[in-house]
Amino acid sequence: MNICVIMKQTFDTEEKIRIENGRVSEDGVKFIINPYDEYAVEEAIRQKEQHGGTVTVVSVGPERTAEALRTALAMGADEAVLISDEGKPLDEYAVSRLLAAYVGKQSFDLILGGNFSVDNGAGQVAIRVANLLGIPHVSSIVELKIENGKASVSKDAEGDIEKIEVSLPAVFTAQQGLNEPRYPSLPGIMKAKKKPLTQLAASDLGLSADDVAPKTEQTSLFMPEARKAGQMISGSPAEQAASLVQLLRNEAKVV
Amino acid sequence: MSQKVLVIAEVRGGKLRQVTLEALAAARLVMQSGDQAEAVLLGHNVGEMASALASAGFARVHVADHASLETYNPETWLPVILDLVKSVQPSAIFTGHTAIGRDLAPQIAAQLGAGQISDVTAIDGGEFIRPIYAGKAFEKKKFASGPVIVTVRPNNFPPAEPAGSAGEIVSIDYAPPGSLKAVIKEVVRKASGKVDLTEARIVVSGGRGVKSAEGFKVLEELADVLGAAVGASRGACDAGYCDYALQIGQTGKVVTPDLYIACGISGAIQHLAGMSSSKVIVAINKDPEAPIFQVADYGIVGDLFEIVPLLTAEFKKILA
Repeated sequence: MNICVIMKQTFDTEEKIRIENGRVSEDGVKFIINPYDEYAVEEAIRQKEQHGGTVTVVSVGPERTAEALRTALAMGADEAVLISDEGKPLDEYAVSRLLAAYVGKQSFDLILGGNFSVDNGAGQVAIRVANLLGIPHVSSIVELKIENGKASVSKDAEGDIEKIEVSLPAVFTAQQGLNEPRYPSLPGIMKAKKKPLTQLAASDLGLSADDVAPKTEQTSLFMPEARKAGQMISGSPAEQAASLVQLLRNEAKVV
Repeated sequence: MSQKVLVIAEVRGGKLRQVTLEALAAARLVMQSGDQAEAVLLGHNVGEMASALASAGFARVHVADHASLETYNPETWLPVILDLVKSVQPSAIFTGHTAIGRDLAPQIAAQLGAGQISDVTAIDGGEFIRPIYAGKAFEKKKFASGPVIVTVRPNNFPPAEPAGSAGEIVSIDYAPPGSLKAVIKEVVRKASGKVDLTEARIVVSGGRGVKSAEGFKVLEELADVLGAAVGASRGACDAGYCDYALQIGQTGKVVTPDLYIACGISGAIQHLAGMSSSKVIVAINKDPEAPIFQVADYGIVGDLFEIVPLLTAEFKKILA
């Protein structure tokens, strides 16, 4: 079974955000595989371990993305592809066209991605890719079993669980709870250095600059208003509880 | 020339979701005078909800009512909506940033070769404001070219007030497709009857300080009295105290309720990202140095197992 994981490199979730010169500063920032994509990478490797085949990880991004792809290779993926963003701000339309152009040229049985990225958070790309490829998808899965060319998945639908049977090839996006991603082992890290990491440009995929011209653009960035520490409520537990309820009712007027 | 805006409506538990009216409110912010809002509603036995939409301010409500549309499946829903988009030719499509909206909108956008701006919390002069890094920062975006496709975050736009005379209800001829590539075999209702976390007006949330799955019971009791949803920090989910579906933070859900009550949550930056836009924040924690107190409007240093049941009793008195 040939498996593709579409992934993204993101800021570590513990990072604070600073805006400098109208952009989010990357100075000194620790980058990771987007946590939801990491579940997808782990699931791909587990499926390969069970059914055989290969795992290809593919990403659209700047040069630094190679580091996240190497991490995925160290976890156990076989091959990586970095499609360059060519230093331009791309939107979900553009990124999904690049990914679909690459994935469509291969023959994958299973395509996995994260439910959303913890930076942009739009959650569009994997679903767009499924649509562009004309194959079914299920988003936000917490379980995946493959048998006789069919996938049985459990989807988290706002707390309810939907059990869905899907013919392959198909796209699935990973929700938290799908698995517990492994740490790359030392031998894994050594092996990863020798695994193929191919760099592609839009033109290698037969796409012109017009084909990947974004449909939406960012006009500005700003920080939310900082919250101030409010009032500490003292007294015995019973007094604290009573005052809080009064404040929420009469001062904050939210209850 | 007057244009049309299409809002994709949603029902949950036999009721119209409030986010549908919030999406209409957002749509009105980009509509010019003379423009018309239409709604599309898919589901089963949704007659009442269609009437509610017609009197909510939609000039026309397109309804596909069929047993096979009861549970959302992209394969059954998408063709109905794409057909409608073809005939209505809307200049903009709005829906909620919900499980269904998040799944449906990108497919429509891909089919139309269009851009989409997701999870919008405000609209300012034709530009769309949305959180990035789960709300650690915000961006303003605009469409370089149409059509406009937008999903709006629940709880951020005041629901639209009814305007104009009742709209007309148009039923869509629907025949289920012969075969499906993805078949829903079973729906395990775990959330039924519960308030959805992202739409809840009040959230009671627990962290590692809750200590066990059992410990969440006191939070659930408080939530029941308040009609609130229960949430959790990553720490509590990782420790197995509760389901990942409840997780609030940069991984997990971002919530913006009127009232957020954080119990035994220290306030890691990745959790703060998911709840800092709540209108009023209450923190209950044993540790007076916990970072959560720096964002809380009201703080109580104390044992949540002592404080929370007392709160439940106090709220019962005033809400009885």
